[in-house]
Amino acid sequence: MSIALTGHAVERGREGPGRPPRRVLALFLLPAVAVYSVFSIYPLLATIALSTRKTNAAGLSEFAGLANFIRLFFDPNWSDAFWNALANNTLFFVIHMAVQNPIAIALAALLSLPGLRARAFYRTAIFLPATLSVVIVGFVWQLILSPLWGVSEGLMSAVGLGGWFAPWLGREGSALVVLSLMSVWQFVGIPMLLIHAALINIPDDLTDAALVDGAGHWRIFWTIKLPLVAPTIGLVSILTFVGNFNAFDLIYAVKGALAGPNFSTDILGTFFYRTFFGHQLQAGDPAMGAAVATVMFVIILAGVAVYLLAFQRRLKGSNP
Amino acid sequence: MRLCASKAVLAVLAFLVLLAPAGAPLAEPLRIESWRSDDRDIWSGVIIPAFNKRYPDIAVKFTPSPPREYDASLNARLAGGTAGDLITCRPFDASLKLFKAGHLVALDDLKGLARFRDVARAAWRTDDGKVTYCLPMASVIHGFIYNRRIFEELKLSVPKTVSEFFATLDKIKAQGRYTPLAMGTADQWEAATMGFQNIGPNYWKGEQGRRQLVSGDARLSDPPYVATLAQLARWRPYLGRGFTAQSYADSQTLFTLGRAAIYPAGSWEIANFRKLADFPFDAFPPPVPDGAQDCYISDHTDIGIGINAASTNRKQARVFLEWMTTKEFATLFANALPGFFPLSDHKLVLNDPLAQTFLNWRQMCKSTIRNSYQILSRGTPNLENEIWNVSAQVINGTLSPRAGAEKLQQGLAAWYPPHRR
Repeated sequence: MSIALTGHAVERGREGPGRPPRRVLALFLLPAVAVYSVFSIYPLLATIALSTRKTNAAGLSEFAGLANFIRLFFDPNWSDAFWNALANNTLFFVIHMAVQNPIAIALAALLSLPGLRARAFYRTAIFLPATLSVVIVGFVWQLILSPLWGVSEGLMSAVGLGGWFAPWLGREGSALVVLSLMSVWQFVGIPMLLIHAALINIPDDLTDAALVDGAGHWRIFWTIKLPLVAPTIGLVSILTFVGNFNAFDLIYAVKGALAGPNFSTDILGTFFYRTFFGHQLQAGDPAMGAAVATVMFVIILAGVAVYLLAFQRRLKGSNP
Repeated sequence: MRLCASKAVLAVLAFLVLLAPAGAPLAEPLRIESWRSDDRDIWSGVIIPAFNKRYPDIAVKFTPSPPREYDASLNARLAGGTAGDLITCRPFDASLKLFKAGHLVALDDLKGLARFRDVARAAWRTDDGKVTYCLPMASVIHGFIYNRRIFEELKLSVPKTVSEFFATLDKIKAQGRYTPLAMGTADQWEAATMGFQNIGPNYWKGEQGRRQLVSGDARLSDPPYVATLAQLARWRPYLGRGFTAQSYADSQTLFTLGRAAIYPAGSWEIANFRKLADFPFDAFPPPVPDGAQDCYISDHTDIGIGINAASTNRKQARVFLEWMTTKEFATLFANALPGFFPLSDHKLVLNDPLAQTFLNWRQMCKSTIRNSYQILSRGTPNLENEIWNVSAQVINGTLSPRAGAEKLQQGLAAWYPPHRR
């Protein structure tokens, strides 16, 4: 195979200067480059440009350098809200990593058990919430957890835990955790499907060989299957990271843009929304909003870079 | 040949003359820009026909946009020169911005404007009070709606003072079957609007206190504001179970199901409650602090209407606005939208008795508007947002009334020069 390939390359090399493939390549790349430039790169650059401007007393836009960022990080009227949102967002992400992904791995492992009946049903049922609108998810969970009409208190009382019930969504200490878990419930199906697909791709020879060597199912899972799906878990983690630091809709649907109580559920998305579009009597400030968006972009970029440099390379290296 | 040509010209002229009477009403109709798309039928079915009875040759068309898009789409149309002739005005800064940008004309020479009191005009005047640029159209009034069946069952009378109010709440709570107060803090704005802005004017003496805040002669940490928050904190034991997670819709449902006795309300609820509740209900104004002589109500200006400076029909638009200052319009509007009250001083008779009750308070009490709306919400931190946060926290018990008032004052003093002295 490799010999044939080399031969082909040599042959192509003989065609000399003005090789058509390059021009053809450019031609094929053009549509994607154009679409990305117009809808992704240009808005991104425009946002960064907007973040360096401000509206002066006369209502005109003027260049302000890094003033918006200095305000965002050092003026307590802005920085308190920003750090609060960043801390909440980090917790939101940590809960997803600690709950969503282990559950997804466990569910995927169960789904790929040989001899499981109604596999397709479980897969669909668990994936279904991911296809629902967050507005519906927020509404349904608010009803379930409602201290007035919710079923959760009755259910908890039935198993003797009634005393533990509390209006969690209304408490500063628990609201964000509950919202994170709602989001986990909604999206757990996606990592589960990805990991499941990776698990069933593992050749049976490997597990069979391990069985012959005397390894149990538990051992096979930890020492053979899990390392082999590690790249997928890495991918899922980075998708979770990007999704969580861009999150907005669930919090907005359940708690509104003021993300109460006392901003305990405020994440970067809702903070950005209030800043850019305004809220009630607060006028929107597009330049300041763009600064927040730029910081969010940098955070996400840094996260993705760490993943690419530290993890994906190593995974590729160990798994040629 | 020449004869022929002149004949042709004559024929054309005759044709045009014949067309002319039919052509005049075809003149561009006045277009009204609005975010009240819910009111489309009322405008096109009731209000405009009534206007056309008097002015048959001025065609008017109501062309609303969805509420969420209104400001953006109106701004785009104003910039592009395609906006309607009459523009429904949001209160305060949103419209002030339009006026400053030259999109709205001054209306001070409108004769009927004299029928509107100062507090009604405040929402659409320049900061110095010299120019009015929108005609005040409607306000909403705050108070408490109560379930009459529960009040009769428990033999309760309508409370007039704060101590009577809490005595009533105690009785309802002691009886145990009903939630005394239907309000939650999950959405925060209920705590601020139906709580703080509802009961507060009695403490800060309505317009007087509001003006002093604007001028910097009073502080949000002063006793009236602490007292307002202190009363809110006293509401806590009378709210529903788990009120911290109770949303606005939950509160409405709790009341209309007949499970709560008193609902801290805005008059806009009337039409909705009529549809949902199968028991009689009535309303009382915010109880006054013990020993106080005067009562004050939040009679909050919400909708105005102005003339697009770029309109080619400004004369006719003025005729329409002048008609909107008459009793005829006020009566039509108030009856079509119970709970939204015209702001002119005509004596109105309303078909809805509860709307009439709310309206009668204007004679008994002094009107004011929400104190965060004029000028005071222009900076960072935003006062309106802060009031939402603080009111909800004070009711939740995570902030003391005094600390809450201090927080509000600190936020305002952070950017508002009259409070920095």
